[in-house]
Amino acid sequence: MMNVDVLQDERHHRFVLNMGPQHPSTHGVLRVLLEMEGEYALELQPVLGYGHRCHEKIAEYKPAKNFMPNTARMDYLGALIYNHGYAMLLERACGIEVPRRAEYIRVIVDELNRIQSHLLWLGAYLLDLGAFTPIMYSFDDREEILDILEDITGSRLTYCYMRVGGVCKDIDDKFVSRTRAFIDRLRSRYSIYEELVNGNVILQKRLIDVGDYTPEICARYGVTGPLLRGTGVEYDLRKAESYSVYSEFDFEIPTEQRGDSWASYNVRYREIEQSLRIIEQALDKLPEGDFIAPKVPKKLKIPAGDYNSSVEAPRGELSYYLVSDGSDMPYRLKIRTPSYCNLSVLPEMCKGMMIADVVACMGALDLVIPEIDR
Amino acid sequence: METLNSITPELIRIVMAVVGGVVIVFGNALVMGYLERKLAGHFQRRPGPMEVGFHGILQLLIDGVKLMGKQLVVPAQADKKLFMLAPMLSFVPVFLPLLVIPFSDKMQAFDLDVGLLFILAVAAINVLAILVGGWGSNNKYSLFGAFRSVAQNVAYEIPMLISLLAIVFMTNTFSLKGIVEAQNIWFVVLQPVAFLIYLVCMVAETNRAPFDLPEAESELTAGFHTEYSGMGFSLFMMAEYTNMFICCSIATVFFLGGTSGIPLPYFEYTGAIWFVAKVYLLMFFLVWIRWTYPRTRFDQLMNLCWKYLIPFSLVNLLITVVVVKL
Repeated sequence: MMNVDVLQDERHHRFVLNMGPQHPSTHGVLRVLLEMEGEYALELQPVLGYGHRCHEKIAEYKPAKNFMPNTARMDYLGALIYNHGYAMLLERACGIEVPRRAEYIRVIVDELNRIQSHLLWLGAYLLDLGAFTPIMYSFDDREEILDILEDITGSRLTYCYMRVGGVCKDIDDKFVSRTRAFIDRLRSRYSIYEELVNGNVILQKRLIDVGDYTPEICARYGVTGPLLRGTGVEYDLRKAESYSVYSEFDFEIPTEQRGDSWASYNVRYREIEQSLRIIEQALDKLPEGDFIAPKVPKKLKIPAGDYNSSVEAPRGELSYYLVSDGSDMPYRLKIRTPSYCNLSVLPEMCKGMMIADVVACMGALDLVIPEIDR
Repeated sequence: METLNSITPELIRIVMAVVGGVVIVFGNALVMGYLERKLAGHFQRRPGPMEVGFHGILQLLIDGVKLMGKQLVVPAQADKKLFMLAPMLSFVPVFLPLLVIPFSDKMQAFDLDVGLLFILAVAAINVLAILVGGWGSNNKYSLFGAFRSVAQNVAYEIPMLISLLAIVFMTNTFSLKGIVEAQNIWFVVLQPVAFLIYLVCMVAETNRAPFDLPEAESELTAGFHTEYSGMGFSLFMMAEYTNMFICCSIATVFFLGGTSGIPLPYFEYTGAIWFVAKVYLLMFFLVWIRWTYPRTRFDQLMNLCWKYLIPFSLVNLLITVVVVKL
């Protein structure tokens, strides 16, 4: 913790600016202490813990299956992907075979979820940069996804759709046709985003060369996801581990070489198209069959041992690590969430920056605070 | 009795000017407040205010009532005198320039010989008001906003004045009426560079996006008026809207031919219709770019001013002087 008194004595021209926990561009209860000299932030220190809800501890006190809703409440923008990772963990632990149709449905809803997360990020990020209007357009598109997902999952944000062994409800023709219509709709909107937003000179000047970082820094802090891919490292768990049925689809991993805010901006933007491609192929190849494994025991006993599952969340690598003592409750569940590691790079990224650039960098990290404080 | 008779017309004039000024300030704030929200709504694929009155036309009246009913919160350890003074200080200077603006041939309170200088001199007090408000709030974000505002406004007054000086050289007068009368061809045609420079400076002078750094929401929460509530806040807002009105009026007088337009009956009065129409066209332009562009960074803003606008306006002035002399 920075000591305010010391600053006043020794470096009297510096002062500490307290950004958050209530601040428009921290998007939640994140607090950042900035040691400022004029407009420049010399030191940064994120202060966490305002939204801590002991999710990992809660997991130790209930049957493993019942933890599923909690996973959605960590990253409220990637809830289905968090569901997926947790379901995969228990399936690995108990050796449950998932029907192919269920895997396809999971991939489709995962990618829809990823797109809506990126759309929200796009709008909110531009809002941080002072452009008020794009968020209305991206929310317009995002709303369509929420409607589609609401139809099959029953909720709009904190889904609890996946079950151990599959998903809780099958998708129908209506879902398929609506999703196809949505793909066309979003593709027709690219021209709006690209001409009005991505091509804007002010936006480019605000982002290019702001917040430089390298693959080495990423490795040191454990940065993953679009930020890492912005430095040219082609690391995406959907390809690197090809969990679920991702190996059956033809898609690319967008990467950029610059390693700045503009690079991660473009990576995220281009990922939307790749997700659409995956959904399109999954809908074409959607197999018939069960949507949930027929014989999942009601009381799920987890054999003693250590288990791990990793999935690619919208913000990076999400890992669950479970230690079991053989009961139906986990002995310990460790969750590795991407934003927590991504945030830790902020002080190094933003040293000596103007306050406006700090906001730009923070937006580039695409933070979801409840996922940092879980 | 005789003195009274000679005073009376002048007195009526003064009263009318003051009443007219107040009407413009409040009327403009109401109209612009409504237009801004409505236009922003339509730029953003939503209807904007719809509930109060036909298409929400009474929304701003209701907002005014709400703001008046709100408590004026003075933050702890704020400099109370300065804190209360600032909104009023920002309100006075925006009222005075209205007195010299020629809305039509006969609708002008005072035709000062130094009309332009008067406006620029008085409008500069607004910066002081923002500085006082930011300092008095005892809030680091407010202070940031205030400092930015001073640096920005002082810098942008230079190219603004130089671009207008080019017109003064062509017309040989500082009087706004004289400048309007001198325009056989609108000066926007003869001085397009000066007009463009003026437009950019106008956005910066009125603290509007993309140059709204003194109140940059995502960086400084609300900048210099973070701590203001109720009428304190609304006086700042009204000052901002009136400031826009004045800047657009100057643009109309200097570049768009003031009242000139299709002749109407009683043109010495009805010319004001064209004048106001041109002013609001420019205001629409301001609203339009505000809801389209992202915000620039502070150093980029200053670079734009010192490295591009000032040299360009100086070159423009030089060329104008040479051409006029020839």
